[in-house]
Amino acid sequence: MNDATLTRLAGHFALMSLFAIGGANSAVPEMQRVAVEVEHWMTARQFTGLFALAQLAPGPNVIIVTLIGYQAAGLLGALVATLAMCGPSCLFAFYIGRISERMKGEVWTAVQSGLLPISIGLIAASGFVVASAAAHNAAAVLVTVFAAVLCSARRLNPLWIFAAAALLGIADLL
Amino acid sequence: MRSTGLTLGHVRHGFPPFVRSGLSGTESAATVRGFRAHLALRVRRGSRLVAFNASYALCQFLPGPNVVNLSVIFGGRIRGPLGSLVALVGLIGPPFVIVSVLALAYARFGAIAALQRMLVGIAAAAAGLVLGTCAKMALPLLRDRFALAPSMALVTFAAIGVMRWPLHWSLALLVPVSIAIAWVRR
Repeated sequence: MNDATLTRLAGHFALMSLFAIGGANSAVPEMQRVAVEVEHWMTARQFTGLFALAQLAPGPNVIIVTLIGYQAAGLLGALVATLAMCGPSCLFAFYIGRISERMKGEVWTAVQSGLLPISIGLIAASGFVVASAAAHNAAAVLVTVFAAVLCSARRLNPLWIFAAAALLGIADLL
Repeated sequence: MRSTGLTLGHVRHGFPPFVRSGLSGTESAATVRGFRAHLALRVRRGSRLVAFNASYALCQFLPGPNVVNLSVIFGGRIRGPLGSLVALVGLIGPPFVIVSVLALAYARFGAIAALQRMLVGIAAAAAGLVLGTCAKMALPLLRDRFALAPSMALVTFAAIGVMRWPLHWSLALLVPVSIAIAWVRR
């Protein structure tokens, strides 16, 4: 826990903030790349654990950043990472919110329809990266496939799916 | 009417809805649903719901955490910069405290094997939910006659998910290309 780590946390997440097109979940592969491969703040297994914790916790998806910050540099790290991830995009959003009434017409439509496939690709990458990190055996892959089918098939509180998956984990099947 | 200073009224009326929406869901969609439902019950709901829906549509395309952006834009539209700040702190504050406690617990007990397996199971399921939701979002793209939009999604997926290239460099290239394609085909 030192100033250098805090500075790196702030830098990484402030940059990510402006490139997370489609929401915080879009940046999960980048978070894993930075936290595990670039900065060695944690192991891939720990990252998977933190991702699961963030899904369980109440609140917006972005709180995975708080967990990463805490793991890297304690409570101060959690605060710095969270502020860095929200700050730049909030300022940008506030500004766009102010001028958005004027942003009608063809350019704006092209920007929107151009960004849509990008955000879908990023979110798919996010699901794929976490799924492959969690895929220790065939049962874990089945859990992923089953959850994907259940989620597209009908509305179900995700907590039930998480509870079932957690039980399978405790029973040493994953 | 827009007030210029932060009054007690801001905090009293601004905080609770954002605190509640911040704590209500395990994912953005649930948070947004809960928040919209809460707004619908309030006075002056007509104008606020319109402001909310417009803010929500905008947030789908802005970079950064969606629900956080939503609270900033919506808070700003009903009360200016301070409205944004109140909304932001109301939304992020309580989950931040809860998650910090979770992080502390994880630092202490994270090495327990049963807990690790449990979290791996939950991560596997959560990844499935992300992929399922993504598939639903991607279906309308497939109607594209020249498959350009699905190709952009696929290239983005490969760059970030498979090649693991840095996000900002990849998007600095892909975003202009994708917007240019959308512009040419408008």
